[in-house]
Amino acid sequence: MLTAVVLALAGPATAETITVAAAADLKFALDEIVTLFAARHPGDRLEVVYGSSGKLSTQIRQGAPYDLYFSADIDFPRRLAEDGFAASPVVPYARGRLALWSPRLDAATMTLASLLDPAIARVAIANPKHAPYGQRAVEALRAAGIWERVEPKLVFGDNIAHTAHFVETGNAQVGILALSLALAPGLERQGGHYLIPDQLHRPLEQGFVVTRRAASSDLARRFAEFVVSAEARAVMARYGFEPPEEEPR
Amino acid sequence: MTLAAEDLRALWLTARLAGLVTLILFALGTPVAWWLARTRSWWRGPVGAVVALPLVLPPSVLGFYLLVAMGPEGPVGRITGALGIAPLAFTFRGLVVASVLYSLPFMVQPLQAAFEALGERPLEVAATLRASPLDAFFSVAVPLALPGFVTAAILTFAHTVGEFGVVLMIGGNLPGVTRVASVQIYDHVEALAYADAHRLAAVLLTFSFLVLLAVYSRRRRPWRLSA
Repeated sequence: MLTAVVLALAGPATAETITVAAAADLKFALDEIVTLFAARHPGDRLEVVYGSSGKLSTQIRQGAPYDLYFSADIDFPRRLAEDGFAASPVVPYARGRLALWSPRLDAATMTLASLLDPAIARVAIANPKHAPYGQRAVEALRAAGIWERVEPKLVFGDNIAHTAHFVETGNAQVGILALSLALAPGLERQGGHYLIPDQLHRPLEQGFVVTRRAASSDLARRFAEFVVSAEARAVMARYGFEPPEEEPR
Repeated sequence: MTLAAEDLRALWLTARLAGLVTLILFALGTPVAWWLARTRSWWRGPVGAVVALPLVLPPSVLGFYLLVAMGPEGPVGRITGALGIAPLAFTFRGLVVASVLYSLPFMVQPLQAAFEALGERPLEVAATLRASPLDAFFSVAVPLALPGFVTAAILTFAHTVGEFGVVLMIGGNLPGVTRVASVQIYDHVEALAYADAHRLAAVLLTFSFLVLLAVYSRRRRPWRLSA
């Protein structure tokens, strides 16, 4: 009897919990994908931690208990794999895009040159030191030849979601955000966006790995397979992610 | 051990912020502490609780409210807009306002304790000598409560130096403007520049220890004098 109760509390024998660390640009898309996955596998539990790709990568090197790591820049998981932190090949899963977004000005009618408008006092980007979208934003501003004039207006969010918050609260008039956030339900309702041409910056090739600690985790393997399924790809596409350049082997 | 120019800049910014916040809180915190120490009003409880709030609130709560409040549609943003002042977010002035709120209890509480320890007697004596209340405050209460002022100043300064979450949320990480030493260390760590992080962290660790040493070594003196 007691054994039965204990077994019932423990749930089905196959139930597992994994923690996924993901770049902040995935906030809404991955939440949906996790919901889809959880509906299929009611026993399994997935926790998702969002942050800047650089910060999460550092945490994994320091032994953070993440089973999968989704980065907005595939270089971070590649370097983790080179240094022996990965239990799977690095899988490209999407390509991100940059967008101008503003809840008060009509960003749909803007271009990068609009940032020179004196009415725009503050432009928010993610911290280029550790956030890929911040690095690409800097590249795009340089390629557009307006870096020197926009730089004094820049403020830096800790990750791309924090950057969106600066703009959403109106403290910065415009943000250079991930398209996936500009298309998120809460933000899309508030304002249009301008898609920044992707020839202005290095591609935002996104990649994930299963980490070393999850080497024998069946759930981590199954979720990794689900993320590259057509169903998950469709969710990604709705949030403006383009299919990855290199198809996973 | 040498610090990079940007580290020195962050330290200088931190010192300027903490110094200014301490001065402002002397002016704002002293009357509040005096009132709390002497009033019998029903408001003593609620005001005391509000003053102590930053002790228990996560910095993210204060940072979130401040960012919303400083936006063009927030109450603070509307006031600065109406007065024609530049918005407070991402500015040094904004950090000063946030830090004044954040460090308020570290000024008020030691002062309040010092004023309460005075008792009624010294002020009654001053009154019989026909000192006005203001005169009695400055020539009797302040000298007697001086150790409390020193403790309050040290704690306020040190707590402002130790601020991180609020600054990260409303500062925008601007070098020389809002990138204080704690944020600079965080940036070093995020960029895997551990050697840089170590150097600056060692400076803050040494500073914090010396501050606490000053406070805890001082503490005994008034007690020894009265014994």
